[in-house]
Amino acid sequence: MIDHLNWPATLVFIGFFGLVTVLGFFAARWKIADLNDLAEWGLGGRRFGPVISWFLIGGDLYTAYTIVAVPAVVYAIGSYGFFAIPYTVLIYPLLYLTFPRLWSVAHRKNYMTAADYVFGRYNHRGLELAVAITGLLATMPYIALQLVGMEKVIQALGFEGQGWLAHLPLTIAFIILALYTYTSGLRAPAMISFVKDIMIYIFVIAAIIVIPAELGGYGAIFDAAGTVLDAKAAASGGKVAAGLLLSPQQMAPYATLAIGSAMALFMYPHAMTGLLCASSASTIRKNAIALPAYSVLLCFIALMGYMAHAAGIKVDNPQDAVPQLFLKMFPAWFAGFCFAAIAIGALVPAAVMSIGAANTFTRNVWKPFVDPAIGPRQEASLAKLMSLVVKVGALAVILFMPTKFALDLQLLGGVWMIQIFPAVIFGLFTRWFSGWSLFTGWSTGMILGTWLAWGPAAWVPVHKLFDTDISIYNGLIALAANIVVAAVLAALLPNTAPDETEAADYEDAAVSKATA
Amino acid sequence: MKFLLLLIPCLLAILPIVYNLIEPRLFGFPFFYWFQILLIPASCLTIYIFHKQAGR
Repeated sequence: MIDHLNWPATLVFIGFFGLVTVLGFFAARWKIADLNDLAEWGLGGRRFGPVISWFLIGGDLYTAYTIVAVPAVVYAIGSYGFFAIPYTVLIYPLLYLTFPRLWSVAHRKNYMTAADYVFGRYNHRGLELAVAITGLLATMPYIALQLVGMEKVIQALGFEGQGWLAHLPLTIAFIILALYTYTSGLRAPAMISFVKDIMIYIFVIAAIIVIPAELGGYGAIFDAAGTVLDAKAAASGGKVAAGLLLSPQQMAPYATLAIGSAMALFMYPHAMTGLLCASSASTIRKNAIALPAYSVLLCFIALMGYMAHAAGIKVDNPQDAVPQLFLKMFPAWFAGFCFAAIAIGALVPAAVMSIGAANTFTRNVWKPFVDPAIGPRQEASLAKLMSLVVKVGALAVILFMPTKFALDLQLLGGVWMIQIFPAVIFGLFTRWFSGWSLFTGWSTGMILGTWLAWGPAAWVPVHKLFDTDISIYNGLIALAANIVVAAVLAALLPNTAPDETEAADYEDAAVSKATA
Repeated sequence: MKFLLLLIPCLLAILPIVYNLIEPRLFGFPFFYWFQILLIPASCLTIYIFHKQAGR
């Protein structure tokens, strides 16, 4: 089991993991408040200023899975994996224009989830439930994938095992995570994100300086990767489109996948939670300007897929490429540091995702449909319990199901998430749509999106548009249908439902300007 | 008008036909890569200018 363990790397890894565990429990005493209140446990009391938010949101959005998966796609097929870059270019203008409004209204009306807001705006229980369920469905496989990222680095440390033993380190790590999330709530990932983000910046900066110096510069890296990818494309007889540039057929999927993923991102409960716990609308605006620093990091992480080719790394599973690259290019202790950074990188989003899902379940499923009399303290205990349930569920997915399943579900999760975009984002600017019209639009989008993804062999992320050769991301096709249905119904049946928000609720308060 | 400013980097980002090229290279990076990497700070800058103009 541990005969082939890389000891220097493993000791560094365990050391850092121990450090964040202590921080996770210690976080309960940070900005001290009553953690039996849901707004404190689940949103950190909405007290995080620009700097803490920058670390937390960055740590939350650029997940461990991203760090493993993006270079894996680049390693496998090249340029197409770079769609993550236009995607990150799109998200911040969107964030800047929309989320300060959502934050303001959520702050005034004490909304803690997207579904809370949607109910307040449209007074429609069905739409509230739709938004909540979509978030829950999409989050579960996403948490499971964080575990995949973590397991990859544990394997790279040389840990081997049979049966349940193979998953032992992962299980231990996850139990620890579950316990400190339970006690400290959102404060735990907020505090750990400082360590995580700094570690990731260090390893990426080291990698972009050291690795090209040893491999003969970036020109040589691109040339080597280009040769490998061209050979791969040629060997497949044109079936696999791989290379340093996009093939003509890849362009529309590349662009629409970027657009769709950008629209889905902030609909996820974990992104919502990370943003709503900011201390002001202005904190969010400042972060829309400062967060792209992480995107630059992501570019270089993506390029590690090419560095692996230039370093001559041959792996069957592309997700092993980056861990193997570190082992080959760095001294053992620094490889251990990088692996610790990735594993801790899984903890922050996994914690925020489970908190976001727990808040959503408590506020928008349990409270309205099961026990409307529930008070704030019971809300907090239920949410804490749910955060455990969600994590156990994610662990079970990894232990008992093939990884491919979690991966397909996550792709589908993105398609589902975009379907609440009209309800959440359009609602910030207009009340023209009614709850019923948005609900029907959502149902249409969910059904169409799922149906489109259903391929004979595997889930297909893109679909040809009518009889043309242009392939479009399923999520966007479904969204178009969603919006058309919602618009037609809203035109036929005007919105007459009560609205508990007013136009002024969406604007910055005069006070927040003074403190900004 | 000012929204147009925010839109420019986004439009460029979703038009790979504009930057799907190897040459000109920069520090060994093919155009496809360095162009997209530069779009990130460029987009940051447009949000910053927008932010300043809005007077927040």
